[in-house]
Amino acid sequence: MMASSYNAKDEDGHITVSGPGGGTLRSKKPENTAFKQQRLPAWQPILTAGTVLPAFFIIGLIFIPIGIGLYVTSNNIKEFEIDYTGVDMSSPCFNCSQNFSWNSTRPCTCTIPFYLDQPYENNVFMYYGLSNFYQNHRRYVKSRDDSQLNGDLESLMKPSKECEPYAYHENKPIAPCGAIANSMFNGEPVSCCAHQTHSSFHLYLICLFTSLADTLELFYNDPNGTKIQIPMTATGIAWWTDKHVKFRNPTDNANLTAVFQGTTKPVNWRRPVYELDTDPQNNGFINEDFIVWMRTAALPTFRKLYRIIPKKNSMVPTLLRGNYTLEVVYNYPVRSFEGRKRMILSTISWMGGKNPFLGIAYITVGSVCFFLGVVLLIIHHKYGNRNNSADIAN
Amino acid sequence: MARESEDAGMAKASKVKRQKKKKTKENKTRTVQANILYDNAKGEENPNRHYANNKIKTTKYTVLSFLPKNLFEQFHRFANVYFVFIALLNFVPVVNAFQPELALAPVVFILSVTAIKDLWEDYRRHRSDKEINHMDCLVYSRVERRYVEKYWKEVRVGDFIRLRCNEILPADVLLLSSSDPDRLCHIETATLDGETNLKQRQVVRSFFDLDCDFDPLKYNSVIECEKPNNDLNRFRGYIIHRSGRRDALYKENLLLRGCTIRNTEEAVGIVIYAGHETKAMLNNNGPRYKRSKLERQMNVDVFWCVIILLVMCLFAAVGHGLWMFQYGDKRPVFDVLSPEGTDLSPIMSAIYLFLTMIIVFQVLIPISLFVSIEIVKICQVYFIHQDMDLYDEETDSHLQCRALNITEDLGQMQYIFSDKTGTLTENKMVFRRCTVAGVEYSHDANARRLAMYQEMDSEEEECTSHGGTLPRRDSVTSHQSAPVVLRSQSTKSHRRTGSRAEAKRASILSKHTAFSSPMEKDITPDPQLLDKVNECSSQMDFMRFHSQPMSQLPSDLSDIIDFFIALTICNTVVVSSPNQPRQKVRMRFELKSPVKTIEDFIKRFTPSRLTSGSNSSSSSSLITNRSSNKGCSSMLSSPSAESTLTKLDEERPPRGLDHAFSPVPPCYDGKAWDKEEGELRYEAESPDEAALVYAARAYKCSLVGRLPDQVTVELPHLGKLSFELLHTLGFDSTRKRMSVVVRHPLTDQITVYTKGADSVIMDLIKPPNTGNSKGKRQKKIVYRTQNYLNLYAADGLRTLCIAKKILSKDEYACWLQRHLEAETAIQGREELLFESALRLETNLQLLGATGIEDRLQDGVPETIASLRKAGLQIWVLTGDKQETAVNIAYACKLLDPEEEILTLNADSQEACALLLEESLHYIQAKFLCSSTDQAAKAFHTNFAPFEIYPSSSPSSSSSHTVPFMVHRLGLVIDGRTLAYALDKSLEDKFLAVARSCRSVLCCRSTPLQKSMVVKLVRNKLKVMTLAIGDGANDVSMIQVADVGVGISGQEGMQAVMASDFALPRFRYLQKLLLVHGHWCYSRLANMILYFFYKNAMFVALIFWYQFYCGFSGSAMIDQWYLIFFNLMFSAFPQLITGTLDKDVSAETLQQLPHLYVNGQNSEEYKPYMFWMNMIDAFYQSLVCFFIPYFAYADSDVDLFTWGTPITTLALFTILLHLGIETKTWTWMNWLSITFSIALFFTVALCYNASCPTCYSPSNPYWTMQRLLQDPLFYLLCAITPVAALLPRYFYRACQGTLFPSPVQVGRQLDKLPTEIRRNILSLSRVKVGSPLSPKPPFLSLAKPSPKGCNKKDQRSFPSSNTPPAKKGPVSQADEEKGQRSQVQPSDSVRSHSDLYTLVATEIDTLPYTKDAPTTLGGATASFNQSL
Repeated sequence: MMASSYNAKDEDGHITVSGPGGGTLRSKKPENTAFKQQRLPAWQPILTAGTVLPAFFIIGLIFIPIGIGLYVTSNNIKEFEIDYTGVDMSSPCFNCSQNFSWNSTRPCTCTIPFYLDQPYENNVFMYYGLSNFYQNHRRYVKSRDDSQLNGDLESLMKPSKECEPYAYHENKPIAPCGAIANSMFNGEPVSCCAHQTHSSFHLYLICLFTSLADTLELFYNDPNGTKIQIPMTATGIAWWTDKHVKFRNPTDNANLTAVFQGTTKPVNWRRPVYELDTDPQNNGFINEDFIVWMRTAALPTFRKLYRIIPKKNSMVPTLLRGNYTLEVVYNYPVRSFEGRKRMILSTISWMGGKNPFLGIAYITVGSVCFFLGVVLLIIHHKYGNRNNSADIAN
Repeated sequence: MARESEDAGMAKASKVKRQKKKKTKENKTRTVQANILYDNAKGEENPNRHYANNKIKTTKYTVLSFLPKNLFEQFHRFANVYFVFIALLNFVPVVNAFQPELALAPVVFILSVTAIKDLWEDYRRHRSDKEINHMDCLVYSRVERRYVEKYWKEVRVGDFIRLRCNEILPADVLLLSSSDPDRLCHIETATLDGETNLKQRQVVRSFFDLDCDFDPLKYNSVIECEKPNNDLNRFRGYIIHRSGRRDALYKENLLLRGCTIRNTEEAVGIVIYAGHETKAMLNNNGPRYKRSKLERQMNVDVFWCVIILLVMCLFAAVGHGLWMFQYGDKRPVFDVLSPEGTDLSPIMSAIYLFLTMIIVFQVLIPISLFVSIEIVKICQVYFIHQDMDLYDEETDSHLQCRALNITEDLGQMQYIFSDKTGTLTENKMVFRRCTVAGVEYSHDANARRLAMYQEMDSEEEECTSHGGTLPRRDSVTSHQSAPVVLRSQSTKSHRRTGSRAEAKRASILSKHTAFSSPMEKDITPDPQLLDKVNECSSQMDFMRFHSQPMSQLPSDLSDIIDFFIALTICNTVVVSSPNQPRQKVRMRFELKSPVKTIEDFIKRFTPSRLTSGSNSSSSSSLITNRSSNKGCSSMLSSPSAESTLTKLDEERPPRGLDHAFSPVPPCYDGKAWDKEEGELRYEAESPDEAALVYAARAYKCSLVGRLPDQVTVELPHLGKLSFELLHTLGFDSTRKRMSVVVRHPLTDQITVYTKGADSVIMDLIKPPNTGNSKGKRQKKIVYRTQNYLNLYAADGLRTLCIAKKILSKDEYACWLQRHLEAETAIQGREELLFESALRLETNLQLLGATGIEDRLQDGVPETIASLRKAGLQIWVLTGDKQETAVNIAYACKLLDPEEEILTLNADSQEACALLLEESLHYIQAKFLCSSTDQAAKAFHTNFAPFEIYPSSSPSSSSSHTVPFMVHRLGLVIDGRTLAYALDKSLEDKFLAVARSCRSVLCCRSTPLQKSMVVKLVRNKLKVMTLAIGDGANDVSMIQVADVGVGISGQEGMQAVMASDFALPRFRYLQKLLLVHGHWCYSRLANMILYFFYKNAMFVALIFWYQFYCGFSGSAMIDQWYLIFFNLMFSAFPQLITGTLDKDVSAETLQQLPHLYVNGQNSEEYKPYMFWMNMIDAFYQSLVCFFIPYFAYADSDVDLFTWGTPITTLALFTILLHLGIETKTWTWMNWLSITFSIALFFTVALCYNASCPTCYSPSNPYWTMQRLLQDPLFYLLCAITPVAALLPRYFYRACQGTLFPSPVQVGRQLDKLPTEIRRNILSLSRVKVGSPLSPKPPFLSLAKPSPKGCNKKDQRSFPSSNTPPAKKGPVSQADEEKGQRSQVQPSDSVRSHSDLYTLVATEIDTLPYTKDAPTTLGGATASFNQSL
């Protein structure tokens, strides 16, 4: 580099003396570049009380308002939770909970009255919650076959090894295979039989429960004594991508029964997968309750979206203040693992459900920062100057 | 070695098979016959076919063997085996945690990166091999009856090769013929040993007197020689002629591969060793691998990581067992059965889980750490290489890192062991003064001249212009272009001769002119001595003219002339002229061979006088051995005694006194000799030889030519005299002297001139007969000379004694006979020759002595002072005599005139023990007081109790690093005493004494002792040692030390070859250690700690999760992130920081050397820091886990939608953590961090969008995309890193203010404007004596200590008992800031010194942060006033 530039200069001006041998005379002198000499321009922050002070105060000043905002937002969210496990003798579901066989043919129903002390605006989300249910268990999480759920015909007949030991039953492939599907909590009642229908709410019928899963029904007890079933939508509760991309029925053929020919239902199920719903857009693998269940929860205490109670119009709250009844078809045994079952009604905000934690966390961290900032300020004033001189003495 | 035995084995097998006549001798020797005899025969017949051919292959792999071999090598590393084991474990269904194929990815990645690196290196080797193999050389072909061009790789053992001037030898060749009339061939061995002087090689004696050209077709001898070995200086064997006669072969007959033919038009030889069996290749070792201290420490912590890992796994396993147990028989639905549908007992599950957890937590053992460290080290080496300050313009060489993996050790050195000659000094010997016949000639003018050079040097330093050194060289030779071209050629050619290392070495030396700066050459003669020389020679001229015997010369005059003749001829200097670079100057007067045979001697010296029976019988018996074939034309013959004799008879004119000094010879090639004379160049093997020759030349007694058999000297008035050179007994370190035996042309006496170390020569002086006047005079001379010698030594000069001895013919004959026996002996030749030399060098007559100055290298005192301030103990181990060594030590400020010196000279073990005991008591008694109150005293008096381990908290440091006081004491010990002291029984005491001394000087130590001292200190004190040296005698020391540094100076390259780092100059050590060492250490230490932190933090996240997933080994972090987190997402920033981070600027590090203590005490990476980091990692991971945990508690979040934010948070936290630890933010840091984050999101987005059904079990389809739309995600990203890093950030800030480490102070200094900084730094130098005393000094000022020791050092002005030692550092400080203290009356130094300290202290208490520069200015002003 040096040599070449030097030569170039020569050619500009005078006759070059050095011949072709010039190259061999090249000095091995290292190049004087900032990089090679490790002199790149750099920002060198020094962490002392004086220099970091502003950072602490700024963080404090930013975090505390954010925290307050979050806290307020979270507090504005209305949430109602009811535990219907029935561990207490007094609980309406106590009787049902005693029967924890997977194979009982008779559904057990219990009715839990409750009171909402404030009206719920906007869409209300109805969740079912489970505690102590380790849906995140390593072997449990793995126990599924995504290609099968994606409608792959080959996988339908030959479930992946991951599904073992829930891949085959009586030499027939299980659809959907795996432990997750097998332990599904909530299923859609199908094949409705004669059940009472309520005047204006025809969307959903209470049927004979053939699936293992619990079914929740919500009724508004009118002050005048009538029991009005709350209309709930069962669609839109799963991720859009799940419903439309990840989960697919083997064919678009409406006749799912034919499609699932040759497979068998999961062992714990009472009905095959193609009988989950009457609506062909919500049946088979693309049944949204099924999809929601298949998205395994992160923590042993979790809730899953069950229904959405859509807002009717802007004038009337979605759920009025008053007495309600929750009718539970109690199928799912949780006593074996000390589990709890809950029903949750909640509105949501932009930051999701009710959770004051984040607001509190922001306020706390902000305050701590502020406090530390003050401490640093004191330190800086007391020791900052003195030390600089002492340092140099060292 | 394996190859050799294989060869031998093969050869043997074939021999046995064919029942040939040769027997098992094959095992020890190699037999070489000419190939051309077998050219027609089939390959099987050729006896040489078993020897390796000349094709070299330095590659490790072939296309086929690469994979298995490389893998095999990589699995030597334990870590690799471990990771492969884990990856394989993943294939077991019961325990697997990830997709098995995916789990292999990191291991495969690491292995393949290493493999690619190996492959590339191997390919480069292959390329260079190919280039070398395809070089051309001339090989004799029987078919064509001439030499034909062939590739090097086609050369076989037994081939005849013709070599021309400046060609490189393709193989080890036995020299059979040379175009040189003396049958010599000169070679340059720079590529082998780095020595640039020419070496003479001789044609095999049997072919010596061949008149005509060598004809390969007539060659039919067989050569028996050693098996290939790597000893460059050894070759033994013999050649068996058809006639049955045997001639011995020596190393002088062998031309080694890689050398370059010089000065010889043509030479022919037979290939003895080829290819890999050549000595050059056998010497060619790869780079060395050492394990650094930091790495050892790191390995301990890796081990701890393993323990932590096992504990975590065990915990999880037990947890899982209990979790299973609590359900009892009621198996919950989520506890999936094993694939076979069987139910596992809790215990079995726990065991399986243990293995699973090992897989899940494997990241804790940092797989990429090892790779990252290697990458960082390579970058560090690159930067050290590129440092301009470590580049020496004069020799065009820069620092070489030969060991790639111990750069960080440079920052942790505690002891430096230095050679003196060539390391501290330049090894440029300059003649200073001499004494002849007891009269001293002081050479004042010469001294003045040298002083001038010194000034010039310092000026040159200030303005280091590009051409700064060129004028010098120009003065050496007016024809600059010619040598340069030649040298550049040689540089180029070196590149092909062998490995890259060889080429590197060669290029370093290519510009190196051997020992010929004008400073060494132009000696100003002492007028008095010059007059005497002139007078003497004119008298001799007169006497010669009048045919008077020379013995009539006054003895003092004859001594003088003898003295200079001895200086001129008693050496091995080769004369060359710059007009024909590297061409020997020839001045042939007559053809004579040196006395090599007894009959030759007889013929020359007798026939009349030497006829004793024994001699004649022996000579006749020798003669009878000889074959009778004469002449050379017919058959190749051995020269017979007769032929030599006839030749001599023919050529030699009748002998007489007047013929010996012939006039200017006829063959003289017409050039004006006198003009050129001044430009003769002397090529000496050692610089002091050259210095003496130049000195003699200044007295017009110049060496003009040297041939093997004669030396030509030009004397004033007398003209050219040629001395017949009978023998040269070369220098060796045991004898410490060399001698030449010549026939004096004037007196015709056989004279022995001996030159050697004074200690040995003085013992060999013939005890003068005090009876007569001559004897008295002799005695006086010896006495006076001894006095002067002592004076010289006190001046730091190297002394040499010159002596002579006149042999009578009988004595000579007697000695010669045994000498010849020794020379021809095949076994134990060296010993016999040694004894023979001892027999000759007795009863000498002392002529005089010389004092040669070995000038200190530039900047040595400063470097030593600054290294010492850096807390390094410097020991000098030298082979020089005590006085010289002590004086050099004073000169380079190793010893201080103010400090006491303990000198240990003992004659016996007991005496030595006693001495050590006494010294120990003395030290204890003397410094008892100081040790009680060291800190305060250290500051106030500058009377230096010097702490090696200052400010290291004793609790944290391990037991052996108890603070140990080093007093202001010097220890001088000589070789003999050292031998006693190094004895097992005394070594502890010796160490106890030595370590309490500030400097230790070991004189007269042998190479072995040097290495023993280093080993002792290293092993007993458990300190990091650095050995620096330049010569072969330092090699063992360099190898023993933790870090060996070689000076690529003038004494060849052995030291460099053995070293880990090679420096062009000693002073570069300062920057290498203080700056690069510090940086490398702190960078690597921080990086390693960060690595541990990072992995622990990441793994702990999963560990916390186990509490919420029934200890089932589940991970919320997607396996892809888990596996590639280390490898990709978080890898680059730490590499950049590890490579580029500078905690303190280079300038500050050099100006405040005690910042180096940081590395010595391992302050960046102490054992507790690992644990602190671990705790911090666990805390941070708790924050990173639980903030998302609570934020998402009891929500409908699914496993991986929850895990992905955690991964992101962890990444942010880890990067920000690095940000806190990064001290220097260049654009590369910013870029790398941005890149890491961008990479993570890009990969995550692509990965999450790629496949809706793959990547079981996480199946993260559209997760990231959804998260990015979720405000909660951003809220989490904002708060979590802040909360996680709050404690560390706060701690750093507090620590930076409340108890900043010296390094942090240095960093603060960096930020100040340059002006203020300079002021502060100059102030801080005042307190050199008390680096980093644990107590802040101003405190002790405020509270006067009642103790007596420092009472006098308070504000009061000096009392009478201020120790005189105080003067030293103060005056030193004055020097350093000359502009302040320029006018200072010397008598008031002391009072000022106290004032100085006082004022400086006051200033210390004033604030001068950057916002208060005015205050500082004021302080400085007041400071100036007070002076």
